[in-house]
Amino acid sequence: MAEFALPKNSKLTEGKTWPRPPGANNLQEFRIYRWNPDDGANPRVDTYQVDRDDCGPMVLDALLWIKAKVDSTLVFRRSCREGICGSCAMNIEGQNALACTMGIDECQEHAKGKNPGAKKTGAVRIYPLPHMPVLKDLVPDLTNFFAQHASIEPWLQTETPAPEGEWKQTPEDRAQLDGLYECILCACCTTSCPSYWWNGDRFLGPAALLQAYRWLIDSRDENTGERLDALHDPFRLYRCHTIMNCANACPKGLNPAKAIAEIKKMMVVREV
Amino acid sequence: MAKTSPSLRTARSRVKGLGASGHGAGHWWQQRVTAAANVPLMIAFVVVIAMMAGRPYPEAVALVSHPLVALVLILAVISVALHMRIGMQVVIEDYVQDKGLKFAALFANTAYTVAVAAACLYAILRVSLARLV
Repeated sequence: MAEFALPKNSKLTEGKTWPRPPGANNLQEFRIYRWNPDDGANPRVDTYQVDRDDCGPMVLDALLWIKAKVDSTLVFRRSCREGICGSCAMNIEGQNALACTMGIDECQEHAKGKNPGAKKTGAVRIYPLPHMPVLKDLVPDLTNFFAQHASIEPWLQTETPAPEGEWKQTPEDRAQLDGLYECILCACCTTSCPSYWWNGDRFLGPAALLQAYRWLIDSRDENTGERLDALHDPFRLYRCHTIMNCANACPKGLNPAKAIAEIKKMMVVREV
Repeated sequence: MAKTSPSLRTARSRVKGLGASGHGAGHWWQQRVTAAANVPLMIAFVVVIAMMAGRPYPEAVALVSHPLVALVLILAVISVALHMRIGMQVVIEDYVQDKGLKFAALFANTAYTVAVAAACLYAILRVSLARLV
């Protein structure tokens, strides 16, 4: 059955409360998921106090501040710090987001707006992306996610001999790719999808399907039928029940649910 | 033998699995068609039931003997049964992970649908055609 409770060795325990920075008077509390594969212990939630006067405005700034000034053992992925590499995707205040583009002030307001009944603890709670194997602390194992992206063959496929220059496309045809090509593969959408939680081994998930559609409607691609064949499966495509968590989570404002609906329409169109 | 070591299959191999089954669009479309059909059919069904409420049996027989009423009831049963079967199948596929249990649940779902639909159709035909036999 679908797992509704955490396995015994994944149960959270209360972790360490790290000392307050001396002399700071503008503190923000962070409660952060910690897990170390080497010590055999259950995951724990550590509490940190960040000096807002000494730290940038974004959640990633706070994480970097903690790693530099309080606890160098805290592990997370980050690279571009401007929302284009997709490395620092994590679950912040109950929603998947990029730590670099989510403001410390913004995240609690954001969470409150979506769930007005939520208790405001004052702390910013940070966990790894949901329902993925954790490698360490905030770093999830995305092997399956990237293999799924590779499986939709995200490159131009043609049979016509390649032209001397580039493959040409009208401005209208190029505009079809807007809202699709911007995906940075951060996995915020896919790991927010309950269907992916229950059947992630077979359901391709919103990110891979958004990219599948990006190649399906590319006017230059000549393998549309074969691409549809590869998706025509109750699990690969049809586990999507239009829950829309993906569109809600996407830090780039894309709508994978709409792209998946368009694929389902193409499946019917080629039968009638 | 109990599995003691993790699989050494590549991630690509695991994702590709047994390949695309080439099936699913039919069910998806059928679920939408029967959903649309259920709207008028269920309204007609409720009207027919309301007309029979509190009436003696011969009057119910007279009502269901009308070909239009009998046909609407038959279509309602078929459309609802198809819709119910696919809807339940989706729930099973979503939440039941154990292969054996899933197979059994899908079989039971189909068997239940056929049994319920057959019983309903038999009852409608029997009442509808009661005057002929």
